[in-house]
Amino acid sequence: MLEYINIFYVIFKRDLTLTFREKTDFINSLAFFIIIVLLFPLTFGSKSELLNTIIPGIIWISALLATCLSLETIFRSDFEDGSIEQLVLNRYPLILLVSAKILAHWITFGIPIIVISLTLGVILSLSNEIMMALFITLILGTPILSLLGSVMAVLTMGLHGSMLLSILILPLSMPVLIFSTIAIQNASLGLPIIAETYFLAGILILAITLAPIAAASALRIRLS
Amino acid sequence: MYKWIHQFGSPKYFYDISIPLSKWIAIVCAISFIGGLYGGLVLAPADYQQGDSFRIIYLHVPAAWMSLFVYLVIAFSGAVSLIWHIKITDIIARASAPIGASFTFLALVTGAIWGKPMWGTYWVWDARLTSELILLFLYLGYIALQSAFSDKRIAARAGAILVLIGVINIPIIHYSVEWWSTLHQGPTISKLDKPSIHLTMLIPLLLMVLAFKTFYITTLLIRARSEILGYEYNSSWVKKYVIK
Repeated sequence: MLEYINIFYVIFKRDLTLTFREKTDFINSLAFFIIIVLLFPLTFGSKSELLNTIIPGIIWISALLATCLSLETIFRSDFEDGSIEQLVLNRYPLILLVSAKILAHWITFGIPIIVISLTLGVILSLSNEIMMALFITLILGTPILSLLGSVMAVLTMGLHGSMLLSILILPLSMPVLIFSTIAIQNASLGLPIIAETYFLAGILILAITLAPIAAASALRIRLS
Repeated sequence: MYKWIHQFGSPKYFYDISIPLSKWIAIVCAISFIGGLYGGLVLAPADYQQGDSFRIIYLHVPAAWMSLFVYLVIAFSGAVSLIWHIKITDIIARASAPIGASFTFLALVTGAIWGKPMWGTYWVWDARLTSELILLFLYLGYIALQSAFSDKRIAARAGAILVLIGVINIPIIHYSVEWWSTLHQGPTISKLDKPSIHLTMLIPLLLMVLAFKTFYITTLLIRARSEILGYEYNSSWVKKYVIK
């Protein structure tokens, strides 16, 4: 058991180290996220009530697009230098190793997205209720995107172009987007958001259970 | 039983049996299509509320059913080919995808044409319309993934994983958009004991459903035959068939 925790930690730490050594991809996807969000006040004007209605949705759409960009890198370098084959060949369960990689992706991508979103929310003067709903939906939703997206990233790794990855991820992540925007709309009207929160949490649990299995078997198929 | 499955799984046997099979099923398709269209467009009375424009139901409903049915066929054959590595299910999944995408597209287009006189607009952001549109994107993603690989076996198994995730996701998508907004009329036929549709309207509809299903099987068999030739291009029986 301790051995498994150890190998999980080793892979997790390796991915974190790789991300922070190779900062360009990491910074680029976050910069992309900020730029997309800031384009909207520039095009639609800066009236506070308008921003309160559109900005939460825009933050969600930008997070989705930035996820597509950042997920392309999660397996790419491992695939190119062949270390992914070592992951598949060693004696530890592949599901565990893939989960460690997904967790590392969420730590280096999901958490910065949440922090930046809240900062942007303060700058663009969103109301407190909306900020709270945005925080809850992002903290439940971004891990779903990382989990679901990692399966698609395995399926498309090594194939030319990240366009394919986006086409696969975007339709499948629509429920997350819909529940999050309903929750934010309800919050802005002063309604409870508990139902949407439960739904997102349910999808998250489903994704945590199934996505690593799917990613591991996809990895085996890709390397067969 | 097991022997039969084994036999059916062999591409050559499938190829041989599919030629007469597709002919007979095509005949059934033609008869039920003509009967269904005649019954639907001529014999059935006009709807008291929707007038003659309700008649597009005879294309719209079967197409919408088939769009989901074909997706389930792809998912089922994907699961079978992941578990038992049967070549013919790879071929069925691969050959079904464009047909299913076409059915989805047809359901969307006929729905839009129906929506104009009924709702006054071609497109509304209604739950069923939106989930049907998402289904079309799922099909397009599957087809795109299939064409991205040069090795067809890996393509089939990668596509199987994608489509199985999609199957888990379809109910979630459906309920999410249903919650989000709804305007579509309730189902007409699913209440089996006492349908809220008159018999003279129902029989042509069921004939059209049969016609669509047999049309799917016919085109599937024809497409699968050409896929088989692509898969098995360097086996001796294909050479014999092609030269003959």
